[in-house]
Amino acid sequence: MDKFRRKLRTRVVAAVSAASALGLVVGCGGSDGGTGGGKKDGKVTITMGLFGVMGFKETGLLDKYMKEHPDVVIKADVAGDEQTYYTALQTHLAAGSGLKDIQGIEIGRAKELSDTQKDKFVDLAGVAGTDHFLPWKQSQVTTTDKKVIGLGTDIGPMAVCYRRDLFEQAGLPTDRDEVAKLWEGDWSKYVDAGKRFKQNSKDDQVAFMDSSSGLFNAMIYGNSQQFYDKQGKLIYATNPVVKDAWKLASEAATSDLTAKLRQFQPGWDPGLANSTFASTVCPAWMLAHISEKAGPKNKGKWDVAKAPKGANWGGSFLGVMEKSPVKKEAQDLVAWLTAPEQQAYLFEKIGNFPSSQTALKMPEVVDAKSDYFSGAPIGKIFGAAAQEIPDEQVLGRKDGTIKDIFSQGLTLIEAQHKSPNEAWKTTDERIKKAAG
Amino acid sequence: MAISTSTPPDGATDIAAEHQRRRTLLHRLDVRGAPYAFVAPFFIVFAAFSFYPLVYTSWISLHRVELSTLNLMEWVGFDNYTALWNDDRFWNALFNTFTIGVLSTVPQLLMALGLAHLLNYQLRGSTFFRVAALTPYATSVGAAALVFTMLFERDFGMINWMLSLVGVDNIDWENNKWAAQSAISSIVIWRWTGYNALLYLAAMQAIPRDRYEAAAIDGASRWQQFLKVTVPGIRSTIVFTIVLSTIGATQLFGEPLIFGQGPNGVTGGADNQYQTLGLLLYEEGWKNYQMGRAATVAWAMFLLLILVFVVQRIVQRVLTRRT
Repeated sequence: MDKFRRKLRTRVVAAVSAASALGLVVGCGGSDGGTGGGKKDGKVTITMGLFGVMGFKETGLLDKYMKEHPDVVIKADVAGDEQTYYTALQTHLAAGSGLKDIQGIEIGRAKELSDTQKDKFVDLAGVAGTDHFLPWKQSQVTTTDKKVIGLGTDIGPMAVCYRRDLFEQAGLPTDRDEVAKLWEGDWSKYVDAGKRFKQNSKDDQVAFMDSSSGLFNAMIYGNSQQFYDKQGKLIYATNPVVKDAWKLASEAATSDLTAKLRQFQPGWDPGLANSTFASTVCPAWMLAHISEKAGPKNKGKWDVAKAPKGANWGGSFLGVMEKSPVKKEAQDLVAWLTAPEQQAYLFEKIGNFPSSQTALKMPEVVDAKSDYFSGAPIGKIFGAAAQEIPDEQVLGRKDGTIKDIFSQGLTLIEAQHKSPNEAWKTTDERIKKAAG
Repeated sequence: MAISTSTPPDGATDIAAEHQRRRTLLHRLDVRGAPYAFVAPFFIVFAAFSFYPLVYTSWISLHRVELSTLNLMEWVGFDNYTALWNDDRFWNALFNTFTIGVLSTVPQLLMALGLAHLLNYQLRGSTFFRVAALTPYATSVGAAALVFTMLFERDFGMINWMLSLVGVDNIDWENNKWAAQSAISSIVIWRWTGYNALLYLAAMQAIPRDRYEAAAIDGASRWQQFLKVTVPGIRSTIVFTIVLSTIGATQLFGEPLIFGQGPNGVTGGADNQYQTLGLLLYEEGWKNYQMGRAATVAWAMFLLLILVFVVQRIVQRVLTRRT
């Protein structure tokens, strides 16, 4: 009898603890799932989730909007790193809570979101006054059933940033038009220029370029198909564009033309500040980073020349969440932030290049020059590059991840002295793991 | 069975007996039940935050699930486990976890022992030294790892600069396998040596003075005293720190993640040269977004720890039986 009772009691205790545990779990999962935005006392609160330097908060655009719309309060959360931001966004989408009214979308994630999460985004296809974008920009966030999940912010047309003084000591031309002629029409001429540089440079501590992966990115982003085809099938292994880019980038790596740095990782910034490389393939948005990290002492030493071929690296979108209680107001805000005037303003302020055709024709964009980069006409150079970008760009679900894996594969050649074949094999296996 | 066995009421005595019975019942409940009530809060929290996740993780590990669509689970049975078993990356990560574990734990505990021995002497300002020894432990992993990463930077790091003074060429700490593992171990050693030293110190102070006096009378040198009196005296503490360090080493994650920075941190280097099991889990879950595979790694780590302790118990039992 006693034994039975004891058993019963343990059972009761177990049941009680299980029940309360369940209560706790349910308590965790059962949050209201709001977006933080809403209407109260005649005031509209709109929340935004952003990443990196999209510039809306940093340049005071949000304050300007609030001043023009006294009944609107905008709360923006800016995550520094896009990878961290996207992981959080995925978790929030899966849990259905923690989302903001407006969420930033990076181009590398555009396909994944428009494929798997389109129901969670408001269709922005019909929003008034949003027909001013470059044709390929909006197609990147248009789903198969013609739903548009975001409006474009910036794009990343590419050029080559180079050091006039370092080119000069190696006997290369310094004028930006002549430099552009060095490699006109073909990226392999850029590598040839690097070989000339290496031969004649008086300082063997200075490399021609920062990393081979920058070159790789520039080459593949100039084509409409990269890692995936239109059906969403992986074609990186057979795509001649990827093969060529890999070959040329690994040639640069094995010829010791690179400083073996990883862009945006430690070592790269001090490399900029201490002049350990003479050129880097640069999307428009990288200019702000270079001028900040290379510092005032290198002002006027940098210049920008046209790249052999137009390409686009990066760019973002702003989407509105279906869940938001203030959808209409959030849409208005997104339309305003991505309008030509604001895009031109952001370009002037921080160098994010407009994705709006109208903005691209505005004088403050066309005639923009950069003091830091020896007065280079960046509006014209990047504008011309933007025109060369193919109208159709096929994105894939795991573009961002695959790009990172290729960068690492090139590091294997560059810094760990693996043979290009061996590195390709490893890269291939990794992509299968990551995207399979 | 509804056989009624009602007995006629028997007046006051019966009520009193009933009363008595209820009281003993309450008393028993108090004596036997109260302890459960007291420990319940821990177990409830444990159930919610440890046991439930554990079970749920094992459930996920039997499925193919992506982070963005957690509600879509495709049953795959033990496929994730067999795939992991056949995955080179798993064995590589396991081996790295082991080597980094040895590289960080062994010097760490030896240095802690020496440090504790020194702190055990009569020193001026001993409190200051003891607090100083504990300071690294109080810093966050992130801050410590970030500073070390800068120190170990290839072109402009302080360590390469110091090495260049004695004529050593720049070492590419991040890309070289053993250099990277040593660098990561040094972060761990820096953070944990003082903590272990204080544990040893506390144990050392519990050793009676007269043992040392007796040893000294017998003509034992300082070194012999350390070996024959101090070390046996703190044996159980040493075992305890070894257990703690082993657990810590198995779960090593933050240091290599920050040391690598960016994509290289997640994969533990371009060649996975310092990818630990913790990082492999993170790569599967938060780079490839495959929660099923990530959960499988988590369970593999758990089973591994259990295995290590079973082996450790067996070895210990064999050893004690022999003595």
